[in-house]
Amino acid sequence: MIAAARTILRKDLLIEWRTKESVPAMVLFSITVYVLFHFGLDRDSLDGELASGVLWVTLLLAAVIGVSRLFAAEREQGGIDGLLLSPVDRTALFVAKAVALFLFLTAVELVAVPAFGLLLLGPGLGGAFPELLAVLVLGNLGVAAVGALVSALAAETRAHELIVPILLLPLLVPVLIACAQATEPLFRQEAGPEDLGRWLGLLTLYDVVFVLLSVAVFDFLLED
Amino acid sequence: MYSKGLAPLAAATAVTITTAFTLVFFYAPNDADQGFIQKIFYVHVPMAIVALGGFVAGGVFAIKHLRSGDSSWDLRSYVAIHLSIILGVGVLATGAIWAKASWGHWWVWDEPVLVSFLVVFLLYCVYYPLRFSIEDPGRQARYSSVFAIAAGAFVPLNFVAVRMAESFTHPRVLSQTGGDLPGDMRLTFLVSLLGMVLLFVTLWKLELTAKHASMQLKKLRNRARVAA
Amino acid sequence: MDAAIELEGVERRYGERVALAGVSVSVPEGATLAVLGGNGAGKTTLLRVLAGLLRPHGGRAHVLGAALPDERWKLPARVGYVGHEPLLYRELSGRENLRYHGDLHGVQHGRIQEVLEELEIAGRADEPVRDLSKGLVQRLAIARAILHEPTLLLLDEPRANLDPAAAELVEPLIGRSSGRTRVLVSHDVSGALEESDVALGLKGGRPAPVDAELYR
Repeated sequence: MIAAARTILRKDLLIEWRTKESVPAMVLFSITVYVLFHFGLDRDSLDGELASGVLWVTLLLAAVIGVSRLFAAEREQGGIDGLLLSPVDRTALFVAKAVALFLFLTAVELVAVPAFGLLLLGPGLGGAFPELLAVLVLGNLGVAAVGALVSALAAETRAHELIVPILLLPLLVPVLIACAQATEPLFRQEAGPEDLGRWLGLLTLYDVVFVLLSVAVFDFLLED
Repeated sequence: MYSKGLAPLAAATAVTITTAFTLVFFYAPNDADQGFIQKIFYVHVPMAIVALGGFVAGGVFAIKHLRSGDSSWDLRSYVAIHLSIILGVGVLATGAIWAKASWGHWWVWDEPVLVSFLVVFLLYCVYYPLRFSIEDPGRQARYSSVFAIAAGAFVPLNFVAVRMAESFTHPRVLSQTGGDLPGDMRLTFLVSLLGMVLLFVTLWKLELTAKHASMQLKKLRNRARVAA
Repeated sequence: MDAAIELEGVERRYGERVALAGVSVSVPEGATLAVLGGNGAGKTTLLRVLAGLLRPHGGRAHVLGAALPDERWKLPARVGYVGHEPLLYRELSGRENLRYHGDLHGVQHGRIQEVLEELEIAGRADEPVRDLSKGLVQRLAIARAILHEPTLLLLDEPRANLDPAAAELVEPLIGRSSGRTRVLVSHDVSGALEESDVALGLKGGRPAPVDAELYR
C-alpha cells in the first residue's frame, strides 16, 4: 500500500511541478487577500486576535483552491478509470492525495506566512516560532485529511467548484477555531498567557478522527 | 415495512405533545426577567437536541448502509437528515426569537450551542446539492452516506470546539440547559423533549412509509411498461 | 470455470434506464468476442462491466475465474483495457506515464523500454503526451494496456487513429495472433467478425441478432 501511495504521490507532485498550477495560484490568492483585508479593515498592522483571524481565514480560503484542484488531473483526462484499473488500494489513493495536499499547503505557507509577517503583522513573526510551526503542522494535517475526502466526494458531481467551498469550510471550523485561538497570544505586542496545549489537543483530536474516518470510508468512493 | 407501530406511535405523540403544551402554558412558571416569551425555550432546546440527534442517527444509518449495501438504510438516513434540517430551521428561528426577547438582539454569538448549531446547519444544507448533483442512484446513495458519516462525526467535534472558544459564556443559559432547572421547569422541559422525540420518530416513520410506497408504485409501473 | 468469460443474464441499470439486460455469453480462453451494435447499444457499458469498472446489478458474471461484483479486485492485474480515453496524463511524457502504470502493477523497468520499442515510439517517449499526435497517443494507450502482460484484453475501437502501418505494428500485441482472450468492440462489422470466434449483438442493452437490423 505504501509503495502504491508513493507512486501516486510522485505522479501528482511531478504534474504540479510541471504545470505549476495550484501552488502559485494559492500563494497569489493569499497575498491578494491580505491586501483586501488591509483595505477592508483599513489597518496598516494587526496584532493579537485580529492578526490571528486574518492569517487563518486567508490560509483556509487558499486551501479551498487546492482542494478543488486535487483530482483535477484525473477528472480532465479520464484518469479516474486509470486509477480504478490499477490493482491499487483505495487507502493508498487517499494517503497519496492527502500527503500531496499537505505538501502543497506547506509550500504555500512557506511564502504566505512570511508575507503576512511583512505586510500585516505588527509584532513580527520571530516571537511566534516554534509554536506557530506546531500549529501549522497539526492544522495542515486536518485540512489535508478532510480536504482529500471532500475532494473525492465532490470529484464526480456536476457542480464541484460550487460544492467544494460550501462543503469544506464548515467542516474546517474547528480547525480555524483551534488555530486562531492558539496563535492569538503569539501575535500580541506584549507576550501574554498562552494556552497552546488545549488547542493543539483539539487539533490532534480532530486530525485523528478525520484521518481514521476518511481512510475507513474512502473505499466507498470512486467505485461503481 | 416501515409503518409497523405507526398508529400507536402517532397516538403517543399526540398525547405527549398535548401534555407538554398544557404544562408549558399552565404549569411552568413565567420567568422573572424574560416573561412569557422565555417559554419558547421549551420548543427551542428540545428541537435542537432532537435535530442534533437526528443528524447523528443519519450518520449511524449511513454506516449501516455502507456495510450492508442495503438501500433501505440509505432511505432511513436521508429521511432522518432531511427532517433534522427542517427542524434546524425551526431551531434557528426560535433561537433568534429567544435571543431577541432575552438579550435584545436577533442573534448572539455568546451562546455556544446556538453558534455550533449554525455551523452544523450550514454543513448539512450541502447535503441536498451534493446528493442531487449525482445522477447514478447507487453512487448517489453511497456518496450521501459518506457525507452523513463525516458530518455526523463532525457534530460533536464542532460542539466541543465552539464551546472551548466561547469559554466566557453567559451563565444564565447554561444554568437553564444544565441540570439546575427547578422542579416544575424540569418536568415541563422533559415532557417537551419527549414530545419532540416522539414527533420526530413519527414523522420519520411516516415519511419512510410514504417514500417506500411511492417507490413500490414506480417499480410496478416500470414492470408493467417493460412487459408491455 | 473453464471459460475465460461466463455471463448469464447480466443487467446494468442507470437509474430508470436499462443499460444492459439479459446479456449471456460464454468466451473460451484465447478466443475473441466481438461486441457489435449501434450507438448507445451498451457496448462500452459491457466492456466496463467486464473490466470491473462497473458492477453488474443482476445476473451472474465470471471473468477469469473471478465472480463479479464481489471479486472485482482480482481483475485489474490481469486485464488490459483500451477505451475511448487514453488514460494518460498529458503533462507527463509517455515514458513517465508507463513508469507510473508500471509501478502500480509491479512491472520491471526494462519492460517499459521493450514495449516502447515494440510499438516504435521509443524516440518520442520523453515528450509530454499533449505534444503527441492522436496516432502516437493511441499507440501509447495500447502500450499502457499491455505493459503488465494481461490475460484478457478489452478493446474499444483499438485501431482508431492508427494508420495501416501502425495497425500492423500492434497486431501481434492486441490482435488475434497475440493468443490472448479478447473482447473487441468495433464499428467495422465485417472486420470484427473476421477476427473473432464469438459474436454478441446488442440493441438497447439487450442481445440482438447480428444482422442489418442491429444498426437501425
